[in-house]
Amino acid sequence: MKRHLVSAADLTRDDALLILDTAEELAQLSGRAVKKLPTLRGRTVVNLFFEDSTRTKTSFEVAEKRLSADVINFSAKGSSVSKGESLKDTALTLQAMGADAVVIRHHASGAPARLAQSDWLRGSVINAGDGTHEHPTQALLDAFTMRRHLNPGNGRDLAGRRITIVGDVLHSRVARSNVHLLTTLGAEVTFVAPPTLMPIGIENWPCQVSYDLDAVLPKTDALMMLRVQRERMNAAFFPTEREYSRRYGMDGIRMAQLPEHAIVMHPGPMVRGMEITAEVADSPRCTVVEQVANGVSVRMAVLYLLLGGAVFADNAEPARTETNEAAQ
Amino acid sequence: MTSYLIRNVQILGGAAKDIHIADGVFQEIGEGLTVEADIDIDGHGLIALPGLVDLHTHLREPGREDAETVLTGTQAAAMGGYTAVHAMANTFPVADTAGVVEQVWRLGQEHGYCDVQPVGAVTVGLEGKKLAELGAMHDSAAGVRVFSDDGKCVDDAVIMRRALEYVKAFDGVVAQHAQEPRLTEGAQMNEGQVSGELGLGGWPAVAEESIIARDVLLAAHVGSRLHVCHLSTAGSVEIVRWAKQKGWNVTAEVTPHHLLLTDEMVRSYDPVYKVNPPLRTAADVEALRAALADGTIDAVATDHAPHPAEDKDCEWAVAAMGMVGLETALSVVQQTMVDTGLLNWEGVADRMSRRPARIGRLTGQGRPISVGEPANLVLFDPAYRGAVNPDSFATRSRNTPYKGMDLPGRVHATFLRGKATVLAGELVEL
Ligand SMILES: [Zn+2]
Repeated sequence: MKRHLVSAADLTRDDALLILDTAEELAQLSGRAVKKLPTLRGRTVVNLFFEDSTRTKTSFEVAEKRLSADVINFSAKGSSVSKGESLKDTALTLQAMGADAVVIRHHASGAPARLAQSDWLRGSVINAGDGTHEHPTQALLDAFTMRRHLNPGNGRDLAGRRITIVGDVLHSRVARSNVHLLTTLGAEVTFVAPPTLMPIGIENWPCQVSYDLDAVLPKTDALMMLRVQRERMNAAFFPTEREYSRRYGMDGIRMAQLPEHAIVMHPGPMVRGMEITAEVADSPRCTVVEQVANGVSVRMAVLYLLLGGAVFADNAEPARTETNEAAQ
Repeated sequence: MTSYLIRNVQILGGAAKDIHIADGVFQEIGEGLTVEADIDIDGHGLIALPGLVDLHTHLREPGREDAETVLTGTQAAAMGGYTAVHAMANTFPVADTAGVVEQVWRLGQEHGYCDVQPVGAVTVGLEGKKLAELGAMHDSAAGVRVFSDDGKCVDDAVIMRRALEYVKAFDGVVAQHAQEPRLTEGAQMNEGQVSGELGLGGWPAVAEESIIARDVLLAAHVGSRLHVCHLSTAGSVEIVRWAKQKGWNVTAEVTPHHLLLTDEMVRSYDPVYKVNPPLRTAADVEALRAALADGTIDAVATDHAPHPAEDKDCEWAVAAMGMVGLETALSVVQQTMVDTGLLNWEGVADRMSRRPARIGRLTGQGRPISVGEPANLVLFDPAYRGAVNPDSFATRSRNTPYKGMDLPGRVHATFLRGKATVLAGELVEL
């Protein structure tokens, strides 16, 4: 695996399984009284957030602290001026501070890729969401959650599992990362959205496309609802909230169409009413809260594997024994 | 005035001859000339083309002299084999008055590396609302005949109609940057497979094509001359082809980079590939090459767009659009059109010198290489091979997508009215 995690497409099947398996081991830690590992002691991780995201930032921060890293929160919101100098200058500053890893959230697609390819910074770059491009750790935690419910066990993948992703695919970095990762893990992905919210060229993506949610539900093992921003309505992506909700919203009647074992997922924060009713959101089949907990484990695994000296799959045997030792 | 004797040079790729230049004109052209000259040039292996004419150059002066000046821009032009460039109007202040166009024109005259023909803005401040003083710009010393809001589209149909009608009074032409503004809001690259995957805002082909379709109909309706800037899509080619078949007075240009590069390169998120109109697909590139070959597209125009490093050394979303092109244009045309067999050197001379001069109504440029004509000439070495090194550019900016790329050919010498501006691949101190 590469030095950076910029795109879910960068992960091979072995990389992905190694992260999920490592996350599974690290998850056990959260049940203990002392939740800390010394693994990243003396390493500096910077959370560089150009865009507000309390959930993702907190999740990374918890993961970093549990691994005993020195954490610097660098909120660059507001300093992202019209020219791009702030990204470069900030990177040079972080480089001077000796950052071993930079967790970056940016409103511009490609900013983490640019950072990873530039000579501005030597540490690892972890994409915590860039524009409408990708959010690989979100996809990893989604896959982790799905595996726990649909095919639990180390070394297992999602082969043959049918995943339906509903909503604003066009503007969704979660959808882009998930289609890469889930197909790498062998799942079959179907996107459901009005045609206005599907990316151009999606017919060449490794997925199915449907405009009819009801037709897809009975063949779904995991249903992932994406956030739909109300502004999209004003930009004529769909006529009214009411119409969107009728055609693509998730409610109790639709939930009954799902197979018994199927789960309902949401990256959060949920817009109750339009995209998901309270009945669904609060049902035991909805994994939103679980996803948050899994997010910490998965991010610990990513940081551990990128920074802890272990190598990802394309190089050598994972440092599995180290994990066990460290966990003791 | 220095005289030159160029021996054994292939004129337009034809037979090898000697060319004697003195007093600004071609004195003699033939085999085994015996005349004495101040400077002898061994033309063996070189091709002689008429001095190139660019319809679309951004010189940045006044206002952005950190990116380029008239001096450095015309030096770059000379290094690329150009003897005349049209300087676009999107400067600070905008070239929308007689005063600004005269200033730019005079700077070109003073520096002497190539003729600078200012393009006048169509509307005041490029705002698309009110016609600029087109007549005054034409009547000025600069003698403006090409008008463009380039960088922005004249999207109001009534303003476009009036501009087309108005310039008929002095044989002007409106050069349109075709970009429907609403369809390209937030656009950052070609809309297609790659933009969908990268999550970058798409600039759909139809945003260009719908404006071109409207404009050719408007030009036909008022019986005026329309020039379409930097065609980038296969659909645009079809519309221009249709308009020409109708006999309408429509011309079009294509940039070297749209003949070579595709939107696949954007996958790197390297802003050096960020340009307007955006890089399109391989199918578009193929259609553009074919159209340039068959004459549907009249001219190669560089859209030379210098930007300082800080405007490109950043993330894609905030990077400036554009790339420099004067010094690499002929090499890219050789690679994409000549080495592929689509166009011979005579065709290159037509599309890079004769037709652009005619579109801009530059009477002293784009002339044949024959006795008595002004000696505007480029000597080009098509056998040269070497990686592009931006550090050797004369342009003040370095935003080239060709850095390190092997492009064929190199300008050996350029002459402006009998005076060498480039010799042995180096700028001449004027
Ligand atoms: Zn333009």
